[in-house]
Amino acid sequence: MKTNRSLVSVEDLSTEELMDLFKLSTDMDRDLRSGKRLTEMQGKIMATLFYEPSTRTRLSFESAMRRLGGSVISVADPRSSSAAKGESLADSIRVVSSYSDLIIIRHPLEGAAKLASRFSSVPVINAGDGSGQHPTQTLLDLYTIHREFGRIDDLTITVLGDLKYGRTTHSLLLALARFEVRVNLVSPPILKVPSHILDRVKSSLQMVETDSLESVIEDTDVLYVTRIQKERFADMNEYRSVIGSYSVVRETVDLMKQQSIILHPLPRVDEIDENVDNDKRARYFEQAAYGVPVRMALIHKILE
Amino acid sequence: MSSGEEKLLKISKIKEGTVIDHIPAGKALKVLSVLRIDRGCNHTVSIGINIKSKKLNHKDVVKIESRFLEKNELDKISLVAPDATISIIRDYEIYEKFRVELPDSVVGIINCNNQNCITNSGEPVPPEFKVKSKKPLVLTCVYCERNMGEGEVHSLL
Repeated sequence: MKTNRSLVSVEDLSTEELMDLFKLSTDMDRDLRSGKRLTEMQGKIMATLFYEPSTRTRLSFESAMRRLGGSVISVADPRSSSAAKGESLADSIRVVSSYSDLIIIRHPLEGAAKLASRFSSVPVINAGDGSGQHPTQTLLDLYTIHREFGRIDDLTITVLGDLKYGRTTHSLLLALARFEVRVNLVSPPILKVPSHILDRVKSSLQMVETDSLESVIEDTDVLYVTRIQKERFADMNEYRSVIGSYSVVRETVDLMKQQSIILHPLPRVDEIDENVDNDKRARYFEQAAYGVPVRMALIHKILE
Repeated sequence: MSSGEEKLLKISKIKEGTVIDHIPAGKALKVLSVLRIDRGCNHTVSIGINIKSKKLNHKDVVKIESRFLEKNELDKISLVAPDATISIIRDYEIYEKFRVELPDSVVGIINCNNQNCITNSGEPVPPEFKVKSKKPLVLTCVYCERNMGEGEVHSLL
């Protein structure tokens, strides 16, 4: 990976860079488990600017930087500080990039990370921009799949839930397009993958769009479940019409292959029943845990 | 006099100014609109709509007296009439003739139609698009990566 480079879209990384990153993530995970003290990022400062709520992404980024011996500065809630005084994102980024070596940004508007990368003097990592992309979530999704199966090619991946507003699914599909996979897209008709994403992947992905999970569950190797995100709906009637459309319960899992896995970017609400958590196929908590070593590897590759 | 010139003469020659030819039939008024000719313009403008054409079957032509177009205006025209030809007229003669060219990127001409795009929130950047396809016209926002087709682009011009 070229140093001093931003990660705005998952397409900013080549497949070779992805595989390098996965190898380093496994090394980082091994070091974490062995309790080894890491100091690669000593003297480096990472700034986190989260204009939208986040638990896992923010904490795992901060944990990753601290595990590498670096420091973290952050604004408790940027919406109530400079942005509330009317400062543009461009100005905020110019200033924060003079205080830090790396910026992690989450913002409710699409393209915010791209704009930040243009005004920043240090690399910027997109931690989610509206219903745009969430590339680091995709890195740990792909890493989990790769770690579980030893490959990504030749798998059947079923993506379930809100495929319209779900930025994690947008980034995931763009990344999967470079592998030889079969993808089932299962959603209510009003939450299908938007055309601007579909257009970019349809020539390279073998895809089936359906609203029936039952029709594809038996062939599935990876079931990727997403939450229907209330906060993205402008029309609450539309939200009410799809809430609870899909729920992965014990009986759903019984139809799945023994060697398959269930992933979820979390948080979940009711789309995966808690009774599924103890099944060996439920890998979403491991997936969340990989957030730290994968982000450690990414920070290392960007700032090394 | 060639038959082409004969047809063009259906609207009178101009002494100085610009002739925009080979506009797709029915798009002449849109061309005037993107040139802001509908808003307090002092120039004499002649419009030919649905003129027979060998190349386009039917076409529109616009002649604007005493006005010469800026690069930014030519880019706007290329979004409406990608095959348009521009003739700069001086003393009734064609001084220069060229085709408009759709640029590879469209900057500061139209806003992104995604209201949730960062460029619509008052940031100090012009809206910027890559031309993903010239025919049919598809523009991709450099920031939010949304695509806009011809209809959306024309409605925003």
